[in-house]
Amino acid sequence: MVKEVERAGIPVVHVCTVTPISMTVGANRIVPAIAIPHPLGNPALDKDEEKALRRKIVEKALSALETEVEGQTIFD
Amino acid sequence: MAKLKVVHYINQFFAQIGGEEKADYPAELRVGEVVGPGMALTQQFGEDAEIVATIICGDSYFNENLDKAKADILAMVKEQAPDVFVAGPAFNAGRYGVACGTIAAAVQEELGIPAVTGMYVENPGADMFKTKVYIVSTKNSAAGMRDAVKKLAPLAVKVGRGEVIGASSEEGYIPNGVRVNFFEKERGSVRAVKMLIKKLNDKPFETEFPMPDFDRVDPNPAVKDLAHAKVALVTSGGIVPKGNPDHIESSSASHYGEYDIAGVMDLTEETYETAHGGYDPVYANEDSDRVLPVDVLRDLEKEGRIGELHHLFYTTTGNGTAVASSKAFAEEFSKKLKNDGVDAVILTST
Repeated sequence: MVKEVERAGIPVVHVCTVTPISMTVGANRIVPAIAIPHPLGNPALDKDEEKALRRKIVEKALSALETEVEGQTIFD
Repeated sequence: MAKLKVVHYINQFFAQIGGEEKADYPAELRVGEVVGPGMALTQQFGEDAEIVATIICGDSYFNENLDKAKADILAMVKEQAPDVFVAGPAFNAGRYGVACGTIAAAVQEELGIPAVTGMYVENPGADMFKTKVYIVSTKNSAAGMRDAVKKLAPLAVKVGRGEVIGASSEEGYIPNGVRVNFFEKERGSVRAVKMLIKKLNDKPFETEFPMPDFDRVDPNPAVKDLAHAKVALVTSGGIVPKGNPDHIESSSASHYGEYDIAGVMDLTEETYETAHGGYDPVYANEDSDRVLPVDVLRDLEKEGRIGELHHLFYTTTGNGTAVASSKAFAEEFSKKLKNDGVDAVILTST
């Protein structure tokens, strides 16, 4: 799906936990996530901490969208 | 000839420990035990080989604790000193396939013990590891176990004995880019004419010179001005309004959903859930923002970091869904995104 969005001409960032799969699939902008069942959260944290963590990942995803890339790039 | 010693790797599901709720099961060694698909393998091995130990590991545990899981499992295999290591088969289970490929390749490279695994050709593990380890080509579900084991067991015996391995078409493994010479029964001109006749009659034919499949898309230029951009959310994590109104399948999805989040500030337990059957849904059902971060994007919209969050999001379950289907879904909704003037997409996967 990532590739088709990109092909349609829309910049796309893939937020996922298993980044090697994202590389194989062919995503260009990749942001690593927390865990498979909760990529943008962590139930062990309290609500506020968890939201702050999620915000950090989303902010990283936004800056990935603002960054020019040559090929596949993982934004660690 | 003495029986070859085999160590067999399987996941928590095939070990009948549990489904997704047990996917965080750490690596466990069971010496002298034949578990799950190991039974079918044992039958197929006959007098040639026997499973001396089974290693079980949860799929999420393996992929989330890659280094530790790999090191632990390698130590277990080393201790058993088998003649050959067999992982899976994983069919179309993505994380399981990646685990099988990773550990089979590591056993081979780091311990010098030959290894084989098996999976469906669209499993992401296949592309990642087909050049590193022999991967028997299987059907896309465990219904193909019998067929898979028929190819996996003899190949394991062959690599275990260090015998010469034939071409992929003969042995049943996924082509690994290594050419193997063999004699065709018919000469080239006969084969070419037969192929041409089939082609002229619109009948299926198999080329002897398949083109490599490099489907890569160049990255689009960066978004210049996010503060005035329209950002959309897409997910393969199966987030849907509570009750899954369009009945998106928990696996092998046949369609995607388009849902309006105009005015929605936060996804709650009462309003949203996941339809995905490929991961433990407890956390996403409690708070779907953990997969589709609507709450944070609303904050960023209010603060002016992004222009706006697009009022529609697109969703499907990426679990066992065919590549051709997800491609078709995305082709269709990307057109809608484009028509709606969306400038950027955040796509989340579980």
